[in-house]
Amino acid sequence: MSDTNYALNLTVNGEHVSCHVSPRLSLADFLREELHLTGTHVGCEQGACGACTVRYNGDQVRACLMYAVQAEGAEIETVEGITESGELAVLQEAFHRNNALQCGFCTPGMLIAAADLLKHNPNPDREQIRAGISGNYCRCTGYHAIVDAVAETCSRGNKEAAE
Amino acid sequence: MKSPQFDYVRPGSLDQVLALLAEHGDEAQVIAGGQSLVPTMNMRLAAPSVLVDLNHVPGLSGVELRGKWLRIGALTRHAEMVRSPEVARHAPLLARAAPFIAHEAIRNRGTFGGSVATADPASEWPACCLTLGARIHLASRNGTRTVPAEEFFEGVYQTAIEPHELITHVEVPAAAGGMLYGFDELARRKGDYAIVGLAAQARVGAKGPMKLLRRNDQRLYEIRLSFFGVAETPMLAQQAAAALEGRPLDAEAIQAAQSALADDLQPLSDLYTSAEAKTHLTRVLLGRVLHALSGDPSA
Amino acid sequence: MSENPHLSVLDRPNSYIGRSVPRPNARRLLAGRGQYPTDVSLPRMVHVAFARSPFAHARIAGVDTEAARQAPGVVGVFTSEDIAKICEPWVGTLEHFAGMKSAPQYPLAHNVVRWQGEPVVAVVAQTRALAEDALELLLIDYEELPAVTDPETALDPDTPLIHPELGDNLVFGSKVEAGNIERAFTEADLVVEDEFHFGRHTGVTLEPRVVVADYDPSEERLTAYHGTQTPYQMQDVYARHLGLAEENVRVVVKDIGGAFGVKLHVHGEEMTTCALSMLLKRPVKWSADRLESFVSDIHARDHRVRARLALTKDGRILGYDVDDLTGVGAYSVYPRTSAVEGNQVIKLVGAPYTQQHYRAVLKVVLQNKNVMSQYRAVGHPIAFTVTEALVDKAAAELGMDPAELRARNYVSDDAYPYKTASGFTYEGLSLQRSLEKLKEMIDYPGLREEQRELREKGVYRGIGMATFVEITAPGPAFYGVGGARISSQDGCSMRLEPSGKVQLAISINELGQGTETIVAQIAATELGIAMEDIRVVTGDTGATPYGGAAWASRAAAIGGEATVRAARALRDSILEVAGAALQTSPSELDLRDGLVVSREDGEERISIAEVGRIAYFRSDTLPPGFQPQLSVVRHYSPQGLPFAFTNGVHASYVEVDVDTGLVRLLKHWVVEDCGRVLNPKLVDEQARGGVAQGIGMALFEECLYSADGQLTNGSLADYLVPLSSELPDIEVAHIETPSQYTEIGAKGAGEAGTAASPAAIMNAVNDAIAPLGGRITAMPMTPERILRSLKRI
Repeated sequence: MSDTNYALNLTVNGEHVSCHVSPRLSLADFLREELHLTGTHVGCEQGACGACTVRYNGDQVRACLMYAVQAEGAEIETVEGITESGELAVLQEAFHRNNALQCGFCTPGMLIAAADLLKHNPNPDREQIRAGISGNYCRCTGYHAIVDAVAETCSRGNKEAAE
Repeated sequence: MKSPQFDYVRPGSLDQVLALLAEHGDEAQVIAGGQSLVPTMNMRLAAPSVLVDLNHVPGLSGVELRGKWLRIGALTRHAEMVRSPEVARHAPLLARAAPFIAHEAIRNRGTFGGSVATADPASEWPACCLTLGARIHLASRNGTRTVPAEEFFEGVYQTAIEPHELITHVEVPAAAGGMLYGFDELARRKGDYAIVGLAAQARVGAKGPMKLLRRNDQRLYEIRLSFFGVAETPMLAQQAAAALEGRPLDAEAIQAAQSALADDLQPLSDLYTSAEAKTHLTRVLLGRVLHALSGDPSA
Repeated sequence: MSENPHLSVLDRPNSYIGRSVPRPNARRLLAGRGQYPTDVSLPRMVHVAFARSPFAHARIAGVDTEAARQAPGVVGVFTSEDIAKICEPWVGTLEHFAGMKSAPQYPLAHNVVRWQGEPVVAVVAQTRALAEDALELLLIDYEELPAVTDPETALDPDTPLIHPELGDNLVFGSKVEAGNIERAFTEADLVVEDEFHFGRHTGVTLEPRVVVADYDPSEERLTAYHGTQTPYQMQDVYARHLGLAEENVRVVVKDIGGAFGVKLHVHGEEMTTCALSMLLKRPVKWSADRLESFVSDIHARDHRVRARLALTKDGRILGYDVDDLTGVGAYSVYPRTSAVEGNQVIKLVGAPYTQQHYRAVLKVVLQNKNVMSQYRAVGHPIAFTVTEALVDKAAAELGMDPAELRARNYVSDDAYPYKTASGFTYEGLSLQRSLEKLKEMIDYPGLREEQRELREKGVYRGIGMATFVEITAPGPAFYGVGGARISSQDGCSMRLEPSGKVQLAISINELGQGTETIVAQIAATELGIAMEDIRVVTGDTGATPYGGAAWASRAAAIGGEATVRAARALRDSILEVAGAALQTSPSELDLRDGLVVSREDGEERISIAEVGRIAYFRSDTLPPGFQPQLSVVRHYSPQGLPFAFTNGVHASYVEVDVDTGLVRLLKHWVVEDCGRVLNPKLVDEQARGGVAQGIGMALFEECLYSADGQLTNGSLADYLVPLSSELPDIEVAHIETPSQYTEIGAKGAGEAGTAASPAAIMNAVNDAIAPLGGRITAMPMTPERILRSLKRI
């Protein structure tokens, strides 16, 4: 058994990455420790908290429940990438206006979960928003402001569409 | 909470997987979605020396109607089950159960076959398989075999799978006219494993030649009630089903079924809920699910 | 028109006070650019993992580290003896708690393990994974001892002693008495009583505890990148216990992933990690994983309270009689102790009411369980659940509306200052107005009507209310007088940059509650500049003035006062320079909109940037002998009363599924009076987050222990924290009764949400199930407990 040097090629935030890693390195630890993308957080390493949520080929997944080697050939997107592409800007603005974060540790995962919800259901009601982000722990806000922020992006989107 | 070391292999065909399993036996562990496996490895409760990644094996994924059976590839993700029109049409019970499974990010990775193979006594798919009379297809270097769900689940995380075997797919009978389904579970938080859950099916009205004699027959037949979260495996409540068999679904029948549950189940306690409470909750849940039996996938 | 030189910041033009300004520093966090201690990585850094006791109580008979030392990547293996050589043990007592005792606690268990999960051996390796590999090779021989887990029998003569040298398992006992309690209960028309149980729970900060310790032997300096809410306290603790000069210890925390009171206690792991950095002369990182958090982060609550309430038949509260027993684990936690919560309980029961007779007895006992100490809203949710559950019970017996019974007994809004039976002095509360506002907010009659209608259809909904009075912003009487080196004052420094912008450094720190925002609001208002023109630095003992930091809802009340004083001093300095430059008396000038203006007519004289330019680069143009002083620092320590008091009232609307015992929260409301509201949005969010944690306590969270002291649900799958689908919308409204002892009048808002939400929910659940004969007095209110109270099982 070797603990290093498994070849890995993938795309992270649009950049090709080619490296060698230990098979046991989680995707979350790989992003944080090898690529220094520390916006992906680790809160439980058992898939419960959602702080490590990233996109794997476009779908949200728990980066703590995948090994980096499993991402061979995959396209990974983290909060850094989809912030810089501008994709999250509307949600981020709404979170900011509504103070939908305090410590911010859950926020990257929460944004990815919220964006994923809106992809599947562009006009969720409050209960659907709550269900959509129910896999992401936030210990600070009580969620009310997060629900407000997500709801606000929907109503804005609807207004714009109507105009 | 870092996994112990292992060797990682990424086979590109089913034959390669089966060869690896034959070679490494107990030492190998297949990983599909990994949503239950990786936590146990992170907690060092599992330490396989070889991890065989199924995610690049063609042919293991997807849902397809084949004759009277719906074939579900082992690698089909829970999220695909939620959204699949085939599942909604031909397996309404599964369509109803799917949204209860964990959360979206988990459903995007976790697989049908993985859940069946893990056999968590509180999880949804094993109970649904039992209710529907699913056939679980296993492959190994020595060939293939099919195990009926009734014989598949042996204990907590224990199944009929041999170390060198792999679930390739699961077949469930496609829903026919007159079939009714019910699914519900009680949990303290959305997405958690159930305190108790029930996957139910029944056929309303007589079948075959009897159908001609008994028009507008509102009696129930072929009732199957599989409870989960109550024992080491999902459990068929046969006495309760018998109490309903051939009777219309009225308050009296439901009460009879609830009373009969005492003979079917002696629920085990869990961290938060005593055996007594679970016994009570199975009765409540049975009443609710029976009241809500229907053929509609989204009910 | 001449301005009063003592004109308050509140009267400044273009004030930011009271405005819901978004937090400037939140943008960073939204972009994934937070800098949490878990993100810190330093050259030559190694990682530590801990072997933990599998037993609740055992003697360590032997430790064989040989195989672990040989494991790949291992840098060193350290036992308690190794660490004790350079780290002094600590004792968690305070001198003003008479008779309090605890035993010396070592960073790693010394000879005896006293709770399951106590750290025993430290393994340092190149990576965390390699350190964990080596842990599996340690051979630790334990001789199991009987575990003491039940507080009820902790003091029995035949119960084993957790620390034999203490003589018994009692940490602290206390009694508060006023009036004539025996007579009050004898003469009362009505006495109601209950026994309450509050489960142990824990903070579950989303970022676990973490420290990266970087010791530089060439300067004998320790820098700790530590996820703490009290950097100055930790600077002191590290210095004293590791034998370092205080000035050589620097504690840095930029962002922190949740704190809630968990991250202000001394835990063995951080102390060991700093000691290891000294021993290894290189950076060492410890980042708790979630399983470690559950067995080593302080736990909270764990009280059994027997209480009774005496009333007259017309609903006048005569007195409360309270007996609180709390189990605090194997040690009293250092340096704040594990007695503060119980001590607050026995003073806070009945706090909103005018009862004249009072008795409360406290016993704080040891157990072979993880340590328990202060967590958000220390003692308050216990005290107000007891207080308010009994009020509801009495109201039912008297056939009186529970809101009415409260209103009749509140300390009235015009009765201040008011001294309570338990000895507190309230400067000013708004209990009556708060209740009126709440009733209006929830449409109380309408809600009662809806409840009645649904009940006829077999839907069991309940309305619960609960009042709180909260201790905030404590002065030195809290810890300082007890000998703890925990500052009750805070300091703020400011300097004018040559650009005319301001750099502000302050000892209260940012936990996400918005500290940096509110101090910028205050400073900008006082300085007449835009908030965007202020940079705020917090969380670095090497860069900010010394202070107490963020705990006990003190940041705004104390730090805000330091800020306004520093800003005023800087304003005076700027005006002095401007006056010198313009050859005008500074008293003729003022600062508005980034400009130095004539105080009289507001006409622009020069810009603040011009003042900066002149002061820093052209002092030759100023009068001879004039030295511009554009850096200032001011400190503020609470004056007047030992604590501030805030108040408020919660309402909860629930639906109980009486067949399953599951509770659905439909809505929660809070009216709170935290004095001056600096930023309504931030106060709302403190309330909501606090309510969410109170909901956890009420319905979900409990650290379950087996009879032999094993934590049985110590993972994030098994320990239930309420999530978005379980939590309701939470509406918040404010009443403002500013403190007169301070200039701004803010009193503190961090804990009000937690203080009475559990009580409101318990009252709501009981209101829902009362028609079926149910009553529940244990938290969390699990389906099991509710079904039992309904006799369904």
